[in-house]
Amino acid sequence: MMNILKNIAKFYINGFKNLEKLGIRLWVLILIKLFIIFVILKIFFFPNFLDNKFDNDKDKSKYIFEQIT
Amino acid sequence: MAEFNLALVDWSRAQFALTALYHWIFVPLTLGLSFIVAFMHTIYYKTGDTKWKNMTKFWMKLFGINFAIGVSTGIILEFQFGTNWSNYSWFMGDIFGAPLAIEAILAFFLESTFIAVMFFGWERVSKKFHMMSSWLVAVGSNLSALWILIANAWMQNPVGMKFNPDTVRNEMANFFDVALSSTAVHKFLHTVSQAYVIGALFVVAISAWFLLKKRHIDFAKKSILIASIFGLLSIGFVGLTGDGSAYDVAQTQPMKLAAMEGLYDGETNADLVAVGIITGKDSDKKVTGIKIPSMLSWLSHKDVNAFVPGVNDIVNGNEEYGILSTEARMQKGKLSINALSDYKIAKNENNSELAVEKLAEFESNYEHFGYGYFENKEEVIPNVPIVFYSFHIMVILGSFFALLFAWLLYASLKDKLENNRLLLRISVWSILLGYIATMLGWVVAEVGRQPWTIQDILPVTMATSNLGVGSVQTTFFIFLTLFTVLLIAEIKIMFTQIKAGPEEGGKNV
Repeated sequence: MMNILKNIAKFYINGFKNLEKLGIRLWVLILIKLFIIFVILKIFFFPNFLDNKFDNDKDKSKYIFEQIT
Repeated sequence: MAEFNLALVDWSRAQFALTALYHWIFVPLTLGLSFIVAFMHTIYYKTGDTKWKNMTKFWMKLFGINFAIGVSTGIILEFQFGTNWSNYSWFMGDIFGAPLAIEAILAFFLESTFIAVMFFGWERVSKKFHMMSSWLVAVGSNLSALWILIANAWMQNPVGMKFNPDTVRNEMANFFDVALSSTAVHKFLHTVSQAYVIGALFVVAISAWFLLKKRHIDFAKKSILIASIFGLLSIGFVGLTGDGSAYDVAQTQPMKLAAMEGLYDGETNADLVAVGIITGKDSDKKVTGIKIPSMLSWLSHKDVNAFVPGVNDIVNGNEEYGILSTEARMQKGKLSINALSDYKIAKNENNSELAVEKLAEFESNYEHFGYGYFENKEEVIPNVPIVFYSFHIMVILGSFFALLFAWLLYASLKDKLENNRLLLRISVWSILLGYIATMLGWVVAEVGRQPWTIQDILPVTMATSNLGVGSVQTTFFIFLTLFTVLLIAEIKIMFTQIKAGPEEGGKNV
């Protein structure tokens, strides 16, 4: 089992070591994009509206009820 | 009841449309190209011919660029559900939260595990396992589109759920009714098969460019042969599933069908518009053009004599054909909304008898619930010209792609591709037409179902969060900038790799 895990790890490490210039550029692009999406956009621009306003589902449903009736 | 801000609704709508359309630039290419790569990889596995290996590697590289740039762009849509569309998210959340999460995890692990084997596996894993990885990436990519399309289908045809008045949420009553509804099945099959057409057009366009430049001749010819067969089969399937979708729309969203065909006044033996324009003003609007007699009745009801309701029949009602007027539905909708409100009051006052009575009244009118939010019967009409022209241009382009793939296949088999510069030039530009067609498909589906977020139940005006317009405008322009930068990056990197052309190499992308 340990050998299999070691081989899998080796497979990934060698794969990343042998990345050509294009691969490295794409990985950098992916990481920048994920940072923008999950850190900047999610935290500063896209808070969950209901989670921010209410602590529990009961209050959330009460609010939605008032909105739609 | 909340007062809605039309500017907020429009900006939220524009932001969602912008994000979805940009996201859809990357998705169909991933879905389509993944299968073409898998086909080529299989031929290499079977023949051991290095030409097929180089071909697989080249298209795999372009697939990798598109995948890397497109990955996670869809997650922004989910952020918007929680921030901009909280009423809607709460209202329908119980149905899709868990399955979407499971799907995201499954598809993510399937894709991310096997994509690594696909790119890093040359000469490092067995040829069979390597080839299988290409197939599993293709299957994983396509699976990742499944549940989000089922969710979209449910919004167009909300079946298999039950509204819980205490939690104010829809809850799944029957998983199979939701996942296997006719709308869901047709939507998934139609969407993924047209994505395969985009993949085929992409391969055709680049290969045709190589032939025009007299570069990589054998590579380009083989690629076009594979892509034209795949494209021809896919476009045939697009036609079949499109027919199924139109039949489904006729049963579940008759207003959308009327808008697609520019049918203002319903008729028996309704004609199908092959090519036409909308003429006239206000109540005299009609379509002038070439029509196929009785075909719309046949396609929508499998009966040439069937009555197909027009926009005016749905708005004003048609007693002869049992169509309730929008005003009548608005009254029933208001009854349902008031009954829901009274149910809650009765429940809070522990008046169980009244609560049961009001709940029954609410449920008996629930199918008209969303109409209760309208003040004016015309609000149920989508933008007919946009839907009509989008639908017909899409169909014309689809027919053109069928001819193009057939022509390419014929020229490939007769070995007459290389010198047919007209065909090659058309092929290069067809990828743009492919994107126009696929975007128009979404315009038909989404503009055509307006004003609804959930058909007949929740109008878009009631689905948004109570946010400031300024914050939605800000994020709109952030997305516009972010996605435009990503698109420019994709095009630039892609063009560089295409210009470099296919070559043998031992390193990983």
